[in-house]
Amino acid sequence: MSFAKSTFHHKGLPKNELGLTYRDYEGALSTLCAGCGHDSISAAIVHACHELSIEPHTIVKMSGIGCSSKAPNYFLNNAHGFNTVHGRMPSVTTGANMANQHLTYLAMSGDGDSASIGLGQFAHVVRRQLNMVYMVANNGVYGLTKGQLAATSDKGVKNKAGEMSLFNDIDLCCMALQLGASFVARCFSGDKRQLVPILKAAISHQGFAFIDIISPCVTFNNHPDSTRSYDYVQQHVTAGAITDYVPIKEEITSVAGDGEYDDICLHDGSVLRIKKLDQNYDASNRLTAMIDIEEHKKRGEILTGLLYVDPTARSFHDINETSQTPLNQLQQDVLCPGERVLASINKSLR
Amino acid sequence: MMTHTKINDFVVKFANTNGTGSASANTMFAKAIMRMGVPVSAKNIFPSNIQGAPTWYEVRINERDFLARRAGKCDIVVAMNAQTYSLDVSDVIDNGYFLYDSSKPLSDTLTSQNIHYLGIPIADICRKEFNNPRQRQLFKNVIYLGALAALLGIEFNVIKTLISEQFKTKEKLISANIYALELGHQYAINHFSCPLDYQIQRRDLINNRIMVNGNTACALGAIYGGATVVGWYPITPSTSVVDAFANYCQRLRVDPASGKKNYAIVQAEDELAAIGIAIGGGFNGARAFTATSGPGISLMAEFLGLAYFAEIPVVLMNIQRAGPSTGMPTRTQQSDILACAYASHGDTKHILLFPDSPHECFELSAMAFDLADRLQTPVIIMSDLDLGMNDHLTAPMQWNDKHKYDHGKILSMRELDSLLSFGRYRDVDGDGICYRTIAGTHPTKGAFFTRGTSRNQDAVYSEKSSDYVANMQRLERKFDSAKSYLPKPQVISNDTPSDVALIYFGTTSQAITEAVYLLKAQGINVNLMRIRAFPFQSQVATFINNHAKVFVIEQNRDAQMRTLLMSELNLAPDNLLSIVNYDGLSIPAQAIVDGVVTHCNQQQEVS
Repeated sequence: MSFAKSTFHHKGLPKNELGLTYRDYEGALSTLCAGCGHDSISAAIVHACHELSIEPHTIVKMSGIGCSSKAPNYFLNNAHGFNTVHGRMPSVTTGANMANQHLTYLAMSGDGDSASIGLGQFAHVVRRQLNMVYMVANNGVYGLTKGQLAATSDKGVKNKAGEMSLFNDIDLCCMALQLGASFVARCFSGDKRQLVPILKAAISHQGFAFIDIISPCVTFNNHPDSTRSYDYVQQHVTAGAITDYVPIKEEITSVAGDGEYDDICLHDGSVLRIKKLDQNYDASNRLTAMIDIEEHKKRGEILTGLLYVDPTARSFHDINETSQTPLNQLQQDVLCPGERVLASINKSLR
Repeated sequence: MMTHTKINDFVVKFANTNGTGSASANTMFAKAIMRMGVPVSAKNIFPSNIQGAPTWYEVRINERDFLARRAGKCDIVVAMNAQTYSLDVSDVIDNGYFLYDSSKPLSDTLTSQNIHYLGIPIADICRKEFNNPRQRQLFKNVIYLGALAALLGIEFNVIKTLISEQFKTKEKLISANIYALELGHQYAINHFSCPLDYQIQRRDLINNRIMVNGNTACALGAIYGGATVVGWYPITPSTSVVDAFANYCQRLRVDPASGKKNYAIVQAEDELAAIGIAIGGGFNGARAFTATSGPGISLMAEFLGLAYFAEIPVVLMNIQRAGPSTGMPTRTQQSDILACAYASHGDTKHILLFPDSPHECFELSAMAFDLADRLQTPVIIMSDLDLGMNDHLTAPMQWNDKHKYDHGKILSMRELDSLLSFGRYRDVDGDGICYRTIAGTHPTKGAFFTRGTSRNQDAVYSEKSSDYVANMQRLERKFDSAKSYLPKPQVISNDTPSDVALIYFGTTSQAITEAVYLLKAQGINVNLMRIRAFPFQSQVATFINNHAKVFVIEQNRDAQMRTLLMSELNLAPDNLLSIVNYDGLSIPAQAIVDGVVTHCNQQQEVS
């Protein structure tokens, strides 16, 4: 077995507008377990960014600690990454975003990272309406420490060692909705058809985009007692809607009169086209989204898809009225008031 | 009672109740003395409470510039809080004065002391003169200020000007305040023999000095140093750093054309997030800082370790207060030295700067951003409550427009283009300081993964022993390189050879000139060294080795600076003696003198 990733590029690989193939969006060879759902997420990110023709180096990959947080190593080699400390990725991403609001911040976190040690930071980065994509690779288990139950584990399920989860689970989508996230989705890592367009939409969304991605842990949480196993999720997943992402430059065909579709125009002019499977599903209603999530959960189902979006949301920098020039590019002549001003300040203190 | 006139050398203490608006009147008192050209210092002694608890403001006037807190009792107490009358009476020196509100008679138990009583029916005057209850409260302070002007010979016009300046945007308040001032002034002239035997006489000893607190100066230092990203969480006594930064930013950092802000301040959910935000800003190439105090340092330790190991520039302003735990939130100490020098687990060391005045708070805060960028590591400003929250007479803040920011080793797109390959942690120059790149710089070169885990010199995760050891040794090398960029210690040698020396830092400096003077009067000559930074430069070890007795003066129980000196310079315990003061108040010169003299006497007894 070789640990070196092949650098071979098939000549026929399709190129995007920048002339890059999806291989230009890949990362290092994954060291996660074979079959890990997180690798599927990495693959979906590679495809989404390639299809959006984003320059890889304009993306910043942020993460905390855990299996999920290792994942940014495995996509976008030409992007800077920051594997911070457990549960504290949101604050570091906030600072990075303050320094340069024009880069794209793709953050990977896990259930332990976001729902336990980092729950406080998660809550507050939602409140701050930071323009970022916040993904939780949610496998309901602590992988790196070998199988402890997570706060997102459903009450009553057992881990591989037979220990039962005695307490209510934390539903991060409901939390994100309650705290004011302007884009909330839940996906299954095994459903690339659903995940890629939602990722693309989340990246285009100017505001806080949250995606809870059920991502089974093949080693510690893929057993019959788990509600995060491949089998369980595949059998109980319900799509609230099928989402298509229509980039700004593509023609949007009329769907007038067809009650099955919703077209939502994002800030950059791209369109989110939602085909409703449930006729009553309304992705613009924060309150009903929470109710729908809970009702599906009661039935043992996992509601996936784009759960809520507010395309008119304002992000931190809009609210703060920050300079359009990234703060990390402001020069000394703009930042430093100089001797003359200091002399007048000194004078006022005599 | 005997009286003897004291000119420009005494202590006035105001006893007030928290939240009664006395602060501005008390500050004006100190500032009026400064404007008469006489050196003055003021200390707030206040409780961790919003309203209703006792608070004191101690003003020392000394034309020899002895401006540390004077040990012992006060010359004049202005007692406006009946709750603390008995304490305040006992705080007056023999033959001193006790000025109080005589609207209610003073209890007999308080009148048996050997002091002068100056009763002014302030509440009665206010009741008679003002209808508004808030005015009745606020103008009490202005009335005693007016009375003090008459009693101490402070030029009335100086205070009137101060009032006019303070309320320059509220014309109505100027006349009302001046009226109250005159009420007090006239009452004193009519009822007492003015001026007293304690007097302020005009001098020309201030030169171009200013009066400002250290936190404001730190905030201005951050502005001049180019800080744009701030993450913070309110905590006494550091809160006013960010308050002042925000205020000055509104004036100086809003683009006049677009109205857009050239800064971002995030009030975080806690101290962990506060420094996380600053580190995120530093990682992404902005100059970023946070301000906190001891309990915040404890929470920030994890992130300080990350910034040290991942080599991210960040500035932390630590305005120390009395610990441990919640300690005394509104009292001063220098007790975070070891916690900051070695903050976080593993072999971690941080750059510390020790400002001793608001002037230096400005200078070192501005410099800290250059140092953090140059050294790619956290830089911690070690101020304290006394320096941060009290007004000090200080040299004007200085900035040279010729100074250009040192952003350190950041590779541009063009530089990356010219490189065959880039490795984030390669020690290209041999000084332990590597080259970094900022996100978004180059499409194909320079991207790397920042992490708190071990890695090789190309930033690739590695648990190989050799990679880890090489990295740790390089970090040690970098720490050594740092010494050449840090402010040098200040050495003041005596005219006559001396085998006794004092080492001090930060706010302990305030007491040194006076201590040296008092020691000399007892026949003890001392040499001095003021430490301004950690890691210690070679001059520190040389200075210590050149003296038989070296006293390290500090404001904590455990002699933390002494421990750091011994540990870092590999000194035997006998080489360094310790003088500590940790009662929550700033160290008086007498404590230093007592420490030195006691030791010298003990030595004589032994020999």
